[in-house]
Formats: sequence, C-alpha cells, structure tokens
Amino acid sequence: MSDKVLMKGNEAIAEAAIIAGCRHYFGYPITPQTEIAAYMAKRMPKIGGCFLQAESEIAAINMVYGVASAGKRVMTSSSSPGISLKGEGLSYMAGADMPCLVVNVQRGGPGLGGIQPSQSDYFQATKAGGHGDFRMIVLAPASVQEMAELTVKGFELADKYRMTSMLLADGTMGQMMEPVALDLEVKPAPEKPWATNGTKMQRAHNITNSLSLVAEELEALNFARYEKYAEIEKNEVMYEEYMMDDAEICIAAFGIASRVSRNAIDEARRQGIKVGMIRPITLWPFPAAPFKAAADKVKSFISVELSMGQMIEDVRLATECKKPVTLCNRVGGMIPSPEQVLEAIIKANNGGAN
Amino acid sequence: MVVFDKPHALTDAPFHYCPGCTHGIVHRLVAEVIDELGIEGRTIGIAPVGCSVMAYNYFNCDMIEAAHGRAPAVATGVKRADPENNIVFTYQGDGDLASIGMAETVHSAARNENITIIFINNAIYGMTGGQMAPTSLPGQVTQTSPYGRDVNHCGYPVKVCEMLSELEGPEYLERVTVNSVKNIRNAKKAIKKAFTNQIEGKGFSLVEVLSTCPTNWGMTPADALKWIDDKMIPYYPLGVYKDRSADKEGK
Amino acid sequence: MTTKYLFSGFGGQGILFSGKFVAYKGLTDDKQVSWLPSYGPEMRGGTASCGVIVSDEQVGSPIVAKPDVLIAMNLPSLDRYESAVAPGGMIFADSTLIERKVERDDVKVFYIPATALASENGFPTLANMIIVGKVLKETGNYDEASIDATLRKVISAKRADMLEVNKKAMALGAEY
Repeated sequence: MSDKVLMKGNEAIAEAAIIAGCRHYFGYPITPQTEIAAYMAKRMPKIGGCFLQAESEIAAINMVYGVASAGKRVMTSSSSPGISLKGEGLSYMAGADMPCLVVNVQRGGPGLGGIQPSQSDYFQATKAGGHGDFRMIVLAPASVQEMAELTVKGFELADKYRMTSMLLADGTMGQMMEPVALDLEVKPAPEKPWATNGTKMQRAHNITNSLSLVAEELEALNFARYEKYAEIEKNEVMYEEYMMDDAEICIAAFGIASRVSRNAIDEARRQGIKVGMIRPITLWPFPAAPFKAAADKVKSFISVELSMGQMIEDVRLATECKKPVTLCNRVGGMIPSPEQVLEAIIKANNGGAN
Repeated sequence: MVVFDKPHALTDAPFHYCPGCTHGIVHRLVAEVIDELGIEGRTIGIAPVGCSVMAYNYFNCDMIEAAHGRAPAVATGVKRADPENNIVFTYQGDGDLASIGMAETVHSAARNENITIIFINNAIYGMTGGQMAPTSLPGQVTQTSPYGRDVNHCGYPVKVCEMLSELEGPEYLERVTVNSVKNIRNAKKAIKKAFTNQIEGKGFSLVEVLSTCPTNWGMTPADALKWIDDKMIPYYPLGVYKDRSADKEGK
Repeated sequence: MTTKYLFSGFGGQGILFSGKFVAYKGLTDDKQVSWLPSYGPEMRGGTASCGVIVSDEQVGSPIVAKPDVLIAMNLPSLDRYESAVAPGGMIFADSTLIERKVERDDVKVFYIPATALASENGFPTLANMIIVGKVLKETGNYDEASIDATLRKVISAKRADMLEVNKKAMALGAEY
C-alpha cells in the first residue's frame, strides 16, 4: 500500500508551496481556486506563516511584490479575471526582477465569463502577462501530482532566474482529486543579496525598482533580461512524449486537454492509427525543438485546446509550417471529449477528409 | 561644533525637485526622524508614482519603487515579511494615495497595518504637469479643470484624514504643513510620532502634509506658502484626527 | 480494467463523500484513481455529483461522461444520467426517493431503499454508505480489510465512533 493521499489539485498546490518554504500567501476569493486560499488560511497561522485576504487582486500582487522584495518565497493565486487585474503587478515584478509564484486556475472568458474549466489564458500567460517586454516561466500540470511538483519547481525557477513562475492550471485540475505523494524534494532558496530587507548599516542601500528614465539604460536592462530568457529557453524546457516513436500524427496538448487526448490516442492505436502526443509541461519556454523534429516525421499535427486556438500558433511557429496543424477544441467551460479528439485523429489520418 | 548637517538617512544625490517645492523639506524631516530613532538599518521605504517617484535615490535605507497607488499594499508585504524587524514607510502624493490607490489606503488603514504613511497633499498632479487631483480645491484651475474645479461636474475634494478617522482601524492620523518654521517643527513631531507608533507596534499612522507646488500652481514660492494659509488650511484644517493611544489614556 | 463511477444526488446526501470513499478504496487496493466533482452554483442549487475512475492503468481524462456505474440518489439524477450509462453497466437507485423504474434494458439495475433503511437502522445520514456497500458487493470489491483501512483514511481520528456505524451501513447494503 502506498503512502499517497487523495488531494484536490488546489490543495496540493497549497501544501506543496508550504513544503517549498513559502510562508506568505495573499489572495482574493474567486472560483474555481478558492480552496488554495482556504487551505492557506488554515495552515499558515499554525506554522508561523502569513495568510492575508487582500482587498483586491491588485493589492494581493503588490503584497507579493513587497514580500518578494524582502527576499522571501511568496505566492498568490487566482482565476482568469483576477489574473487580468494582477497584470500590472506582474509587469512590475518583471521590471524589478522579483521572484514569485502565481497560480492561475483558468475559467472560461472573456470578461466575467464562466466558472468552468478553460485554457483560454494561454496567450496572456505566455505572451502578454502585462505591458512591456517580459516573460514568465509558465508551467502546465496535467495531474495532481504535477500540481504539487511543479509548484515546488516554480518556486525554484523563480528564485534561480529572479522572475515570476506561473502555474497555469484549469478548473478541472484544481477541483479533481488524485493520489499524490508529498515527499517532495526542495532545493533551498539561494542567497538574495539584492533583497530590500534593511541595510543593517552594513551595506549600501538596495533598491527594488522598475523605473529607468534613460532610454539607453532601459534598453540595456531589456537586452540583459532577454539574455537570461535565452538561458531559460536553453535549460528549462520540459515536455513529455507519448507514443511518438512511430507516430504519423502528432497531438499537441497540455493540462486537461492532454488527459483527454491520451484516451483518444489509446483508442486510435487500438484501431491501428499511429498517433502520438507531445505534451508541453513548460508553455514558456515552449518545447519548440521536439515539435520541429516531429515535423520531419509526421503527416500532420492536431492542437487540442480549451481555447479558440492559442497554443496552435506556437506549434505552427515551432514546426515552421512544414506540416498542417489543425485545431480540435471546445471553449467556454466545455471540454473536448475523447470521441471528439478521436474523430479529429481519424480525419487527420485520412489526410484531412472525413 | 556642527550646527547644521545632512541627515545620515539621506544620500548625497541632489534632489530633482522644483525651486520652492516642499518635498525637500519633508524628505529631510523623515530622514532626521530615522536618524534620531536609529532605525535606518531596518527601515524600508516605499516610493510612489508622482513627483517623489525617485525618492528611492534620496534615502539611504533600503527602498522599493511601487506601482501607482500600490505603496500601502507593497508596504503590507514588506512589513509582514518580517514584522519584528522591518520598519516600513510609504511616501505618497495625493493622486497616488487618494485617487488610484484609494482602496489600498483605506484597507491598510482598516487593517491597522503597522506601517507609517507620509502623505503629501499639494492639491495637484505635479509630475504629469499640473492636472486636477482628488484634493484640488473647488474652483481650483488646473490643466484638466481649466475653468476651475466644478464640483457639480467632477465632485468634491477628498479629505483623507477626516475620512479615515471614521474607521476603527487606524492608530494615528494628523494633518500638518511645512509653510513656516513653526509648522515645520510640528510636522517633524507628527512624523516622529508616526514612526514611534510603528516601533511600539501601535499600528497604522498617517501624516498628511499640506505642501506646495509653485510650478503647477503658477506662483512664486513665497506666494505658494501663503496660498497654503489662505486656501488650503481653511479647507483642510490642521490637527490630530485620530490618536487612539492618547484617547485611551484620556489625554 | 477501468471502472467509471458517477455519484449523483442532492447536496447533503454525502454524494461527494461516497465518491471519495470509492476513490480512496481504489487507492487502498493499489489502483490508479481520480475524483472530479461538479462545482459552482449548481452545488449550491441542490444537486451534487462526482465522477470517480478506478483503473489498473494510468487514468486519462478524469471526466466521467459515460459511467459504467451510476449511483442515483434522487429522481433528477436518474432522469439526467440514465441514458449516459455505458451499455452493460450498472445503475444503483435509492428506491425510497425514486419511485419510477429504470427504462433501459441493457444495464443491470439495483433498487435499494437506502434512505428508509438508514432511518430504520438509526443512522439516517448514511444512506449513501448503504448504497456504497451494495456497489462494492456487485462490482466485486467488497473486502472487509480494505474497507476498514479505507475508512480509517477518510474518517478523522476524532470521529472514530463513525467507523463501526459506516461498516454496518455498508454491510447492510451489501446484504440487501
């Protein structure tokens, strides 16, 4: 018998954050991620941590900015509309090179949208988290175990590169329970000599800042930051391949869409169709190399998404449009069924005809 | 014998403020208080967006530049990161504190967040070139109220100390000004009390400082100091609006 | 071997708990499992449901659209999900609260007056566990050691008194 426990994805994130040494959480209630706040509210006071319900998402991300500046591991979580409000803070975090973990348990949009699962914040997470040139490390878990593991990874990468890690989940991943083993390995946080936590009269003052009024200097900061991003693209790409060895059709899917796709692939294989999947675990940096390699082997790609087709653009870029990429999607809180994905596979296998 | 020196808590960077602007005076008062209380090594200041955006260059303690209006939220984070040691102050203008950051102001006060806020009220947006502020007086001419602030069109100024004094949360609220030697002395006393309150764990302390903006008011520095007496103080009376500890002690 | 369960009923009938029990029992038995509730306003509107998958292999989609086993604890649940059950599957209905019969003839149906049985036996809140007992029995998963181990995981130590009564409820269902 295993020592695994059944946990909701949202709770696994919260517990993993605590295991990772996070003692500060700020948030604002929004479905479907409120379990994270509830868990933190219960646990933090008992372990000398701080849970504070902020007056707004905007305040929450700025409290995160304050703790990050002081050099401690810190997080916030929300769902789509709330992440839009945090956009300002995410840009400032990037401009000041502050590390933190932000969780987005996505729901359908735009606007107030719905509360059912979605992946329609892919663009926002990977390309436009806020104004200005910046990136966030975007991690896409596909199981409750990964919710926990990528939470720890998110803190580690944030500290390593002094930037925001975003855990991009969806309502299903947040609400579902699966067995999870919490014997997670955590690298200790690095020294943070840049922290604004008091000079102790022993060093010159530190400044946490994103303002730079001299254009040449601001340009240099941007170039330097993108050199760091290039390092990340080289070192931190994560993905999983499923049945790709002899695949003639390649599915691209992350999170819940990859779980559904897996069922469809198993069924298609039983029918003799050679289909596999590349599942990005980091959405940024995007695993472009395996897709590029696959483009020389497969007939076509299918991007399975809970959006109107967002990741599909990165698949096309990665494959340099060498092979057709089609979209198989549901939106607004709906989830593609394995049957729908299977149909798309069969169609692709027939060269695009039904 | 040294009779006048620069406070240690100020850096050597020359201020960028306009001639006659009172930011310089208030910076100095804050720095003197930090020196006198011996807290520079554990103080973290939060600069706003506005004319004092570059305050982070002027204070020798650790400094953070916050997004517009968000300084009290950032201060909340810094304070809670190490409540025993960190002494945290924000330095904010009227647009920052009373307009775009009103929610952060009110809620940090309601939580009695143990921080110190220095609030510069000069009734105008200075850095962007003189637009109407939430504290611009009725009838006041600015770039965006060229015919004078029409209260029927854009409402009334916000009286921050009066408004916050209705909350249970805050420990100490006082309005001061720096347009005369006597008023400067009073302002320093208030600022010192606001920091002392934090050291003693008493909670949210805000000092509103009626300040000048000769450039955007279109006045000489001398006329600007007089305008505070003539126009601002009648609308924004000086004084203590809340002092919970003193009230408890029956003072 | 993969079994997909759908538990559905009123909020307050312990629907989510019974699903959680079956998932935890799968975990006890070294299976792969997932549990996914419906969430949002419909929870507050009165109906509650959750899908549970217990499998020898890694669970793909956690969404149970075509259950092998439907547990319907009230009429709206049966109305809504009867047609979704996979051919050859099973339906367990609380016949105290559901007066009509199942119309499908390609599924095995079990009517258990669980709500009445629970009241008669002095544990009115455990109708859900009576049905779970029957479900375990009919799916070949009724195993006392594993049930005991699972209950110890889902019932907090503070409420240890609930252990025996849950076992009794499940035994009652299994024997019905």
